[in-house]
Order: sequence, then structure tokens, then C-alpha cells
Amino acid sequence: MKGNGAFVKRAMVIGGGIAGISASLDLGNAGYDVVLVEKLPSIGGRMLQLSETFPTLDCAQCTLTPKTVETGQHPRIKLVTYSEVEGIEGKAGDFSVSIRRKAAYVDWERCTGCGLCQQKCPSKNPSEFDRGMGLGKAIYTLSPQAVPNKPVIDPSHCRYFKEGKCRVCEKICPVKAIDYEQKDRLVEERVGAIVVAVGFDLIPKESFGEYGYGELPDLIDGLAFERLNSASGPTTGEIRRPSDGKVPKEVVFIQCTGSRDPERYMPYCSRVCCMYTAKHARLYKHKVHDGQAYIFYMDIRSTGKGYEEFIQQGMEEEGILYLRGRVSRIFRDGEKLIVWGADTLTGRKVEVSADLVVLATAMTPRKEAKELAKKLGIEADDHGFLTEAERKLRPVETKVEGIYLAGCAQGPKDIADSVAHANAAASKVQALFAKH
Amino acid sequence: MDYLYFPGCTLYTKAKNFDQTARNCSLLLGFELKELPNWTCCGATFPLATDNLMALLPPARILASAREQGTVLTTLCAVCFNVIKRTNRLFQEDGEKRDKINNFIEKNYQGDLRVVHYLEILKQEVGFPQLKERVKRPLTGLRAAPYYGCMLLRPFEEMEFDDKERPTIFEGFLEALGAKVVEFPYKIECCGSFQSVGSPDVATECAYKILGSAMKNGAEVVVSTCPMCTFNIDHKQSDIKQKYLDFKTIPVLYFTQLLGIAMGLDHRTLGFEQNFVDPLPLLKGKGLV
Repeated sequence: MKGNGAFVKRAMVIGGGIAGISASLDLGNAGYDVVLVEKLPSIGGRMLQLSETFPTLDCAQCTLTPKTVETGQHPRIKLVTYSEVEGIEGKAGDFSVSIRRKAAYVDWERCTGCGLCQQKCPSKNPSEFDRGMGLGKAIYTLSPQAVPNKPVIDPSHCRYFKEGKCRVCEKICPVKAIDYEQKDRLVEERVGAIVVAVGFDLIPKESFGEYGYGELPDLIDGLAFERLNSASGPTTGEIRRPSDGKVPKEVVFIQCTGSRDPERYMPYCSRVCCMYTAKHARLYKHKVHDGQAYIFYMDIRSTGKGYEEFIQQGMEEEGILYLRGRVSRIFRDGEKLIVWGADTLTGRKVEVSADLVVLATAMTPRKEAKELAKKLGIEADDHGFLTEAERKLRPVETKVEGIYLAGCAQGPKDIADSVAHANAAASKVQALFAKH
Repeated sequence: MDYLYFPGCTLYTKAKNFDQTARNCSLLLGFELKELPNWTCCGATFPLATDNLMALLPPARILASAREQGTVLTTLCAVCFNVIKRTNRLFQEDGEKRDKINNFIEKNYQGDLRVVHYLEILKQEVGFPQLKERVKRPLTGLRAAPYYGCMLLRPFEEMEFDDKERPTIFEGFLEALGAKVVEFPYKIECCGSFQSVGSPDVATECAYKILGSAMKNGAEVVVSTCPMCTFNIDHKQSDIKQKYLDFKTIPVLYFTQLLGIAMGLDHRTLGFEQNFVDPLPLLKGKGLV
């Protein structure tokens, strides 16, 4: 696509999590056209996996879904989901971005989102969205409220792709939308500015040998606990442990798992774990009144508005036991998980016989973030977090004019900070567009 | 191939059975342990103070003397192995300390010796599949718990012996002998070490937990690589029994004693008289002697 030399006042947002959605809505509402590119089949990102959010304990999906719907229906926002950025050329006002639209094996133009295919698909496999706990189908949407509400087929699980037989979804589809022959397509978009909001990942629990290399089913990470506690999750919101479905009576939460550990894992603080662990423990107590929650911590960092009060309430009113110290080993003993830790305030070794252990694993950049940074010509730090133009005074700009950062792609943030960061990125784009 | 061999003090006294069975088995497996002449105590602890080089002189002398005889040095005792391997590493990595020690002991050792444990010879030089083929009397049906202790593995960065949290070399060895390996969570926990001298209760508790966990997971015998561990978990079983009334004794064998059985050696040459808990009733019951 060749430009005619005019400054293109159209923006691209890469990443459809809460940061990307916020930036897109701001820009769309300001009257600019936006192309929102998302890797997964639908938007919503990590926040869609959460149960409730701190410090208000309101339902994540209830606050997010209006935003995703608004984004999906916005006349100025073009959703390009199940797609990844392949390459970028040009400069501010004239970027040409090529995007790989992955084969969904479903004709989304025809699909009405009736969901019959998902009901009838015979292939069941651990759902990535539910952190491996629930069962998903080979043809799936991420949630019943998915935006767009169009399914994709995962060929690595689909019986037809694996064994050459099945085609149940094709037979059942009332509008003949299934297309096993679909191929990836490259499309090109021309935009004047780009907001990079590709989000974060968690360091895998398999990294921790001292905690059993991820092979203990009742040792899960924070996102998995969100799914357990979520009404749309594998247990429909009941706290039941993965191995045998029992309600855990003793739950150990471990903060700083892989964070602030420069010798072995990540040197930085992941910023959200103190708060979400306190939230987890409180939500657990709300559902299992006779249960005991233990939290191992290094320090408690609760520096947001209403955050310290939230922690104190958990300690004082809900009987959550905070132990200052690290956990050195976890192993299985019959049905229990034995947790060996230290309480550095009393100077004693602590052993807890737990039913469930939740690791607050470090936030890491997306593994593809460094590669994307290279394509965009912007910088990333050693870990892969994208680098802002100046640490204090230019926190959303990059070294490249016209490319801005939003959310956890730049560094760990909670939802409120991610949204503020995204709002700032969107206003920078508007300022750029207003200048030309 | 022959290996320079540093036995260490304990293997000449309380752990003769460890030493003898290792030597005999090596001959059957086609390699010889050539004992280092004029060896001394290994120093027994790698100095915990980083600036104290005095404690490194005995292992430095051993290494320098070994280098005059060959290029590979092996040991059996996990403590000696730890001290010698770490001192060797220090010679490789810290030129200043290397020169200082060399000046003092009037040697010119450059850290170019390979220090290997006997288990590593079995794995890397003999090979576990080959070892399996040479087994004359497989330990079929014997439920053996491999107890690593700490000295073979820690500190991980310096020992580089096996996976830091889930080592497998010992399991591979026991499987090659035909035994049923018993997995138990205390396999890399401390035996209490020298606490058995100053605070015997601490060591007794450690041993009680280790042995109890092994037995709970079905072990009939616990297998050791270390005379220090063996002292705490075998020789001290009478103390454990006095303190913990529910405790039942369990035989503790050196891995080379099991190797001896599997290689078909006469049980009278395996030094069971030095084992505190007599393993013969168990071994007879399994038809292994």
C-alpha cells in the first residue's frame, strides 16, 4: 500500500488486553480510526482470566465485559484478532504494517457464533485459558462472552487434523462456516502511530525445582487460582483443588516466587503479587470459612490507593496468617503438600501441611516481545520489557517517534496503572495527530 | 583405565567396608583404583570463612601430589569429594589464591586435574547399560532408597554433580543393579552432619525423619554414599530408637556393598560386620546372599 505523502491519522494498537482496549477506546472516541491487533481469538487479555480485582473485590469480567463489547461494536475500531504482526516499515505518519491472520479454519464472515460446534466437538484437552485445569475443545472461543464471538480450531488437538477423521463441526455447522483448507493470510495496514500493549506472562511453575518442577498438581500459580475462583472457571467458582476436587482447608500462598531473586530468577519486583495474594487469601476465606490461609512474604509492598488498608483488613479481620520468610522446599506426602519455610521474625523453621499451594510467580515479558521490539526498531531490556524513551519524564514514548508503550509490556503493573499508562499513550497519539 | 584414588581417613577405619567393596568391584568392572601415596586427611570441611586458606592446604597438597601421578582423581566419601572438588575449582578460578597456596606448599598446581566421584565413573566410564549387563545377581525385588545427603550436590554451582533439586544418578545406578528404586522426599536432606557431636538431638531428629520417610515410602534398605551420613543414619539407630519409640530399624548399606552383591561377590567379603543394622536377614530373605 503506497501512501500519497499525507500524514495518516489512523492508529494501530498491538495487544487486546485491558491496556490495548483502553488505548483503542480513547483513540476511537477521539475520532480516530484504530486497528486493534490481538494474538488470541478474542480480546480481553489477562484481565479476562481474573476472578475479582483488588482493592475493591469487584468482578473482573463484570467491569471488563462492557469495555470489550464497546470495543467490538465501536464504529472506529477495527478488530484484527487471532493475528500477529509480521513486519513494519515506514515512520510516524506512514507506517506500513504486515499482519499474519492465522488460519481459524472457520469462515468468520459466515459464522454466527451459535456455539453448536463447540458443544459437539468430541476432542477434550486441558484448557490453556484455565491454566491447564479445565477441559477445552479443539474448536473453541476463550469465553462465552468472547469478542468477537467466533471460534477457531486448534489443529494440534483437532481429530480431523491429527487423524484425518471426524469433521463433526463441519457437519453440525448450520451455516457451513467450517473450512479445513483455510490458510494463514498476510494483510497490510497503513497507520500513522502504533501503541504496543502486548502484556505479560508468568514465569512457569516448572522452573522451580525446589517446588517440584511443576509436577505437583495441587501446586498452582496465581492465574490458576484466579480461574479456580472464577464463576466461568473449571470449578464454576468453587475452591476445589485440581488433584481430587476436594475443598482445601489449609492453603499456602508464596509471594516473590521468582521475583526479587537476582541469583536464580528475576531481579525485579513484580509489583502486583503482594496485592493479589492478599486478595486470593481473602477470597479464599470468603468461600471456605473454616479454612486457614498462610502467606509467606519478603516485604509487603502495598503502595496504591486503598491498598494498605486492604492488606490490613485481611490480617486483622479475616485471620490470614502472614509469615515473613521464604519457602525452601515443597513435596508431596500422601494427600498433603509439605511446605518447608522460615519465619524470620521468630527465627524458626516452619512446616505447613497444606492442601493447596499458590505461587505468586514473577511477571515476565511475553517471549515474543524482544522479537517484536526488533521489528519495530524500539528497545527492550535484558528481560524483554520494552524500553521507554526516558524513565521518569517520558514513560509512554519510545525512541521511535510514533511508537508508544502501554501496560505491562513496558514493565509490571496492576490494572489501574496499566489503564493510566494506556490513557497516556492514547493522548500522546492524539497529540501527534493534532500536530499534523 | 586406572584412577588415582584418594580413600580418606574414614575409609581406613569406620568405613573399611566402603573402601574394600569399591576396590573389589572396580577390578571386576575392569578398572583399578590406584591409591595415592602418602595421602593425608582431606581437611574435612571446605572453609566456611572465605579468607581462610589454611584449611585448604591439606586438599591442595593432595591435589598437587595427585597431579604428579596422573590427571583424574576419584574419591568415594562424599565429604572428601566435596572438599577436594571445591578446592580444585578454586585453583581453576582464583589465580591469586592459587598462587598464594602454591607458594606456601611449594608446589605449582594449576587446577588441571579432573575430580570425579566413583558413581560418576560408573555412569560415564562404565555406563549404566553396560553395568546392567555385567550384573550377575540382579537385586530384583529389593526396594532401595537412594540417600544422597548434601555433600555430593551442594553447593550446586560448585559441585555441578547432578540436577540440583532432583538428582538421578543414584537412581540410575540402583536400576542398573535391578533394584526397585524408592522415591522419598528426604533423599537430598541433611543427615545432621557434625551436629551429632555437639547437639546429638538435632542429628537424631534428622536421621529419624530421613529413615522414617524412606520406610513410609516402602524402602527395605537405605543406600548411602557417605561415611558421615552412614554414621548418623546407621550407627546412631540405637539412639533414634531410644528417643522415638515407634522407630523400627532399617539396614543402611554403602552403594558399593550393593554393587558387590550384584557383581556376585561373596557376602563375607562385603564387610557387613561394620554395618550397625545387620542387612543379612533382609538379603537372605530376598535370596541375594
